[in-house]
Amino acid sequence: MTVDADVARRRIEELLRENETQILHRWTLIAKASSEELSDIYRALLTSLEHGGDLADMRGLLAELSRSRARQGFTPADTARAVFGLKEALYEAVESDGGPEALRGFIWFSRLIDDLGLFTFETYTTARERIILDQAEQLLELSTPVVKLWEGIVAVPLVGTLDSARTQVVMEKLLQTLVDTGAEHAVIDITGVPAVDTQVAQHLLKAVVAARLMGAECVISGIRPQIAHTIVTLGIEFGDIVTKASLADALAHALRRSGIEVIAPKATRLAVRTENV
Amino acid sequence: MTGGWELPIASNSDVVMVRQRVRSVAVEVGLSLIDQTKVVTAASELARNALVYGGGGLARIEIVENGARRGLKLTFSDEGPGIPDIEQALTDGWTTGTGLGLGLSGSRRLVDEFDLVSAPGKGTTVTVTKWAR
Repeated sequence: MTVDADVARRRIEELLRENETQILHRWTLIAKASSEELSDIYRALLTSLEHGGDLADMRGLLAELSRSRARQGFTPADTARAVFGLKEALYEAVESDGGPEALRGFIWFSRLIDDLGLFTFETYTTARERIILDQAEQLLELSTPVVKLWEGIVAVPLVGTLDSARTQVVMEKLLQTLVDTGAEHAVIDITGVPAVDTQVAQHLLKAVVAARLMGAECVISGIRPQIAHTIVTLGIEFGDIVTKASLADALAHALRRSGIEVIAPKATRLAVRTENV
Repeated sequence: MTGGWELPIASNSDVVMVRQRVRSVAVEVGLSLIDQTKVVTAASELARNALVYGGGGLARIEIVENGARRGLKLTFSDEGPGIPDIEQALTDGWTTGTGLGLGLSGSRRLVDEFDLVSAPGKGTTVTVTKWAR
């Protein structure tokens, strides 16, 4: 026995329309969601089915539902399950109808609802990914401060992995700070960078050259023994760029270069005299 | 061989993942801090090569044993265009890209054993081993 797909579809639409109150009631119970939200979605579903299956409105509402439920602390699986609940709610109506059109149509409807349920899941993950991306960007901004060490001396303490995107941010910030403060010395500290490979080295070299072009002298500090070993073995040459083991050394170097002398204060002498009375 | 890990290399963050995993395994094998840094750097270079020049690939990390010594064996394979002239590719400063041209040749110096298999159109596989001292 074959049933025309269109006839089956129409039968389901009829069932949905005829039993609206009953199905909605069942769905609300299964989905444990507010009946207003669900009836909005239900209406949208009916309208889009009437207009030949354009589900744009429907998707909009579902995205809204997915977001609002995520805020209420529901998992995406809960939301998808709520949407799938409509199948169960409709099934009662299909069962009491019992006709082959309704059964055939139910298969089609079931697939449609599956798609919509998965769509809510996708909306959830997209929203999540957006948040993660935003946070990654914020972290990028956060993790690259340019600090002033002295009048005319700025430092960039780098921590973590140095990829192209971060180097870009660091370089922009450093160059801007050089303009803003008129500093003539910049220290790039790589104590917090776990490994210096050729890419990191290249990024560093570019930053130094850019700073030089702006008239600032650049020192790279925080070169630990294992990093020095690795750089030498790799064959990277830092040329005439000044490098120092620690930030303190780099600061001392920059101070010397700008003609500032740091003199330890003279030790204060204390004379204690005791007298016998 | 005891245990092994396989990691895909499809993006820059995968390179970071490979690096982190290599570091943790290197610690487990008992490599010194300097050797850890060297092998991690070599892994970083080779993984990035697989990504940039090979269009992505696979990294395999294994712990190997040779008598009393333990070591770390890394295999990076891609199915990219391959290297037509291996001799030239291993020359310091030679690059077809925009890098420093030290990644491949430098990596060879960073590890104890280095093996490169490549042919045009057949992809590239680099196997390196670093032994604990």
